[in-house]
Amino acid sequence: MIRDLYYSLIGFLRTFGALQFFFLRLLAGSPSILVNRFSLVVQQIFNTGALSLVIIMVSGFFVGGVLGLQGYDSLVKFNAADSVGAVAALSLVKELGPVVTALLFAGRAGTALSSEIGLMKATDQLSAMEMMAINPINRVLVPRFLGGVISMPMLAAVFSMVGLLGAYVVSVVLLGVDFGAFWEQMQVNVEPGDIREGIIKSIVFGIIASLLAVWEGYHAVPTAEGVGRATTRSVVKTAIAVLIFDFMITAIFLNS
Amino acid sequence: MIFKNLNVNIMRGQVTAIMGPSGTGKTTLLRLITRQLLPDKGVILIDGQDISQLSTKELYQLRKRFGMLFQNGALLTDLNVFENVAFPLREHTDLPDRLIRHIVLTKLHAVGLRGAADMMPEELSGGMARRVALARAMVMDPEIIIYDEPFVGLDPISMGVIVRLVRRMNDALGISSIVVSHDVQEINTVADCSYLISDGHVAAFGRPDELHKAQSEIVRQFMHGMADGPVPFHFAAPDYTEQLLGRDGG
Repeated sequence: MIRDLYYSLIGFLRTFGALQFFFLRLLAGSPSILVNRFSLVVQQIFNTGALSLVIIMVSGFFVGGVLGLQGYDSLVKFNAADSVGAVAALSLVKELGPVVTALLFAGRAGTALSSEIGLMKATDQLSAMEMMAINPINRVLVPRFLGGVISMPMLAAVFSMVGLLGAYVVSVVLLGVDFGAFWEQMQVNVEPGDIREGIIKSIVFGIIASLLAVWEGYHAVPTAEGVGRATTRSVVKTAIAVLIFDFMITAIFLNS
Repeated sequence: MIFKNLNVNIMRGQVTAIMGPSGTGKTTLLRLITRQLLPDKGVILIDGQDISQLSTKELYQLRKRFGMLFQNGALLTDLNVFENVAFPLREHTDLPDRLIRHIVLTKLHAVGLRGAADMMPEELSGGMARRVALARAMVMDPEIIIYDEPFVGLDPISMGVIVRLVRRMNDALGISSIVVSHDVQEINTVADCSYLISDGHVAAFGRPDELHKAQSEIVRQFMHGMADGPVPFHFAAPDYTEQLLGRDGG
């Protein structure tokens, strides 16, 4: 039992070390891809970002709507229903925007990245690149990683904006909160620091989700089952890592 | 240990076949030759250069002299046939589009698939995919082309086409070819020299007609396709009767 635990711990530390080394390799390959092959990154921004827009916008609208409903229901008891705009904005910008976007991103774009790279490995496409003297990490993984990292903050911003629209529709249009008070409370209570926190979180979550997606795809066992497992692992690990990092970043911002 | 005392010489300008029963390590040998794997012991020399000592940059320079045809073609599934063949040129050269188009169409014409330039890999048959992969392997005018099981799963027509292409490319371009295969009939029609690998070492080597006449049991079993012999028909298993009666503890 203790021996199993020991070996599990050693295995985890090895994987964690290898993941950090892998991250450094991606970072090392990034400048040349950004400068010389930016079109590859643009294509991946389209694949991971633009193609995720529908799910992000639909989810954002309804999450915002729920915030409007719940916020109104709670605040009206304290005669503070006008503050629903501020509550929705703070919740979306600081927490729900980055976190829910990262979880949706992992489910939509992360799985696509992992399975695509895993299948490329299973069908020898990555080996073929190696044999053509083309580094598959730089040619395949780095553009996908960068595309994800760039897309995530933009998707989180879209999620928050559409979420605010959902909160507005529910609380102002349906529940009768005053139009001016809704926006004024938001303007007064949401500070630049809150937006900065949301942006930092979405960048960190973008790095985590993209890194784990390409890592799992690249290290997939090259079989149908192996690719499926890698895809699942990328979602599960991203979800756990995002929530842990969300707690840590929130604690750091509250302390400062 | 997969190989012991293995010594293989690939001669310039020749088609060299590496044959052997399934699971004998033929593909592993190719991965060693191309340094996709590193040997625990021994050396692999290309033009007198030990490839295990090369830096990554030097290795990539060396690989530019190689073309490799993978068993399944390994075409990039997000690119069409034309772009697949053009891929190494776009990655390694700054040639203008017009010249790239000229080179790619020439190579596709050589494998008979100029008309399939706009097709996607999933629209190709197995034989066509392998011909496109061959065009891609040739596009940088390599000195050595390596074929990993090029005849597996092909219908007789496609197989005949690939067999002819292997020989024609080798002779027309003056390259060296290494063909890993266990298709004795096909390989014998194109190879200048064949190595038969079994049990981790070279069981026999020479011209295909020499191997056919060899007296060694393993060579005879392999060359004549006999079901039983030094390579047993049955995989190691418990006693048949005992197992059927359930007395083997299983």
